[in-house]
Amino acid sequence: MKIIVLMKQVANKDAVLRIAGDEKWINETDVAQQTNESDGYALEEALRTVEAKGGGEVVVCTLGPQSAKTVIKDALARGANRAIHVVVDDAKSLSAYQIAKAIADAIREENADLVFTGLQSDDASYGQTGVILAELLGIPHATIVIEVDRESLGDTLRVKRELESGWYQWFTYTLPSLLTIQSGISQIRYASLKGIMAAKSKEVREVTPTIESFASAAQIQKVYMPLKTKQTQMLGNGDAKAGAVELVEKLKTEVRAI
Amino acid sequence: MILVFIEHKDCVLNKTSLEAIAAAQAIGKDLGLGVTAVLPCDKDCSLAQDIAGYNLEKVIVAKNEKLGTYTPDGYADAWEHVIKATDPQYIVMSHTYQVRDFAPKVAARLGREVVGDCIRYKAEGGKLMLTRRIFLGKLDADVTIGGDAPYFVTFQSGAFRGDSAEKGSAAVETMGVTVGDIRMTAEAPFQEAKATVDLTKSDIIVAVGRGIKSQENIALAQQLADVLGADLAASRPICDSEWLPIDRQIGSSGQTVAPKVYIALGISGAIQHIVGMKNAGTIVAINKDSEAPIFDIADYGIVGDLFDAVPVLIEEVKKAKG
Repeated sequence: MKIIVLMKQVANKDAVLRIAGDEKWINETDVAQQTNESDGYALEEALRTVEAKGGGEVVVCTLGPQSAKTVIKDALARGANRAIHVVVDDAKSLSAYQIAKAIADAIREENADLVFTGLQSDDASYGQTGVILAELLGIPHATIVIEVDRESLGDTLRVKRELESGWYQWFTYTLPSLLTIQSGISQIRYASLKGIMAAKSKEVREVTPTIESFASAAQIQKVYMPLKTKQTQMLGNGDAKAGAVELVEKLKTEVRAI
Repeated sequence: MILVFIEHKDCVLNKTSLEAIAAAQAIGKDLGLGVTAVLPCDKDCSLAQDIAGYNLEKVIVAKNEKLGTYTPDGYADAWEHVIKATDPQYIVMSHTYQVRDFAPKVAARLGREVVGDCIRYKAEGGKLMLTRRIFLGKLDADVTIGGDAPYFVTFQSGAFRGDSAEKGSAAVETMGVTVGDIRMTAEAPFQEAKATVDLTKSDIIVAVGRGIKSQENIALAQQLADVLGADLAASRPICDSEWLPIDRQIGSSGQTVAPKVYIALGISGAIQHIVGMKNAGTIVAINKDSEAPIFDIADYGIVGDLFDAVPVLIEEVKKAKG
């Protein structure tokens, strides 16, 4: 059993973002980075699946600049066996299709049984890299997977997909296949000290992709703060307690909810 | 021409498809293109006649015996067939979970990608400039699509109003489509635990997010809810951590609510949460981060620590209620 897990480095959730000078992206200098949230769950699910199977290999694959090595190191420390780093300095200039193509070229010959990804990235939020990758690899896919029936794993695999408004549906897939994993599918493990030490000797294969131009790419023309749809009354002027007093007054006199 | 996707389960409409019709009609007016609806089904779908009551050029029932239940393989093949047969300029869909599942596959097969989850558009020089939310809703991006048609666009739920879709009269046409091997089998959809709490009926909701920090602190939010006569709800991370049961979850994967007052405590306002509560009458946001997207849709905002604000709120509400 070989599972490849795609993991992306993104800006930290709580980072204050500044728009770059050309207004086409954020200024990434000094922005704290982290592993994309749902990709962390994808790794956890892959590790649990291989463990349940009693053997196999989890290979983490990331596309990004050298700084993305921190994502790889963290994944190896948590238990991934080895890594493929598709080195692209200016990853933000690539469209979803180009990213999927570069990854497809890098992992095709691995002939993995399963490919796991997070359901979307927390930066560009294309939500389609995994699906395009599956199409390019010629394998079936399932998105927004919230449970993997590990008992069922053989030539096929049964997975639970999340639908909208609290609905779910089980599907059975032939292998190989690609799953995009929903956040919250399980509790993510911490890296042990032993894991951190072991990670140092694990293989990290660097791949320099051939990026072909892609005429149909979506191109960002301008990035800006969202236009406010509402006039917000800010209360308390930075003093939360004073704000609370004002708020109750407003709820009473303006909203008439008290 | 513009193709618009009609999503349904057993010939029962997913109402967000009416928003897609409204979007496609608006784009069609701006670009001088007619709109045709596409409805994949395994039979002469009874829904087709209802859709024919909108201002469309045509309703195409893309028919194949394998399209009775949704599968990404079946839908991708059906769409590929319809697109090749009709040569559209644009393909417009609502950004539902089902569309997320198959639309990028169809696009990739035709050497395209999807501009997904758009919140609005502008027509400039015969082309579209689309706006999407990025970085979890913290920023907006105006996006153009390069290359040749067809262009794939999906719109966020609520970006257009379904009741503004223009009525009219369209012909229904059945198109037999080719569907190859389906590499997945579907079981019947189900609801996990029937929601024991129906938050859609609540007048006031106090909702907690990651800012509440620990399960023990939920009690504080519960106290506030109690004095207000409100129901307690949460964003997804809180329910994922099992600090509150899943039937308290607001957002795209939980309940969609529109109470008179919605008080968001320590909720940053990721898109997935906002789609579930943006229609509340009055939105109050308390958050440490002044840049949090929740403030963009709030009527009242307090920038600061919720652990400072909430105890004072509880006392003041008690006083106000005498």
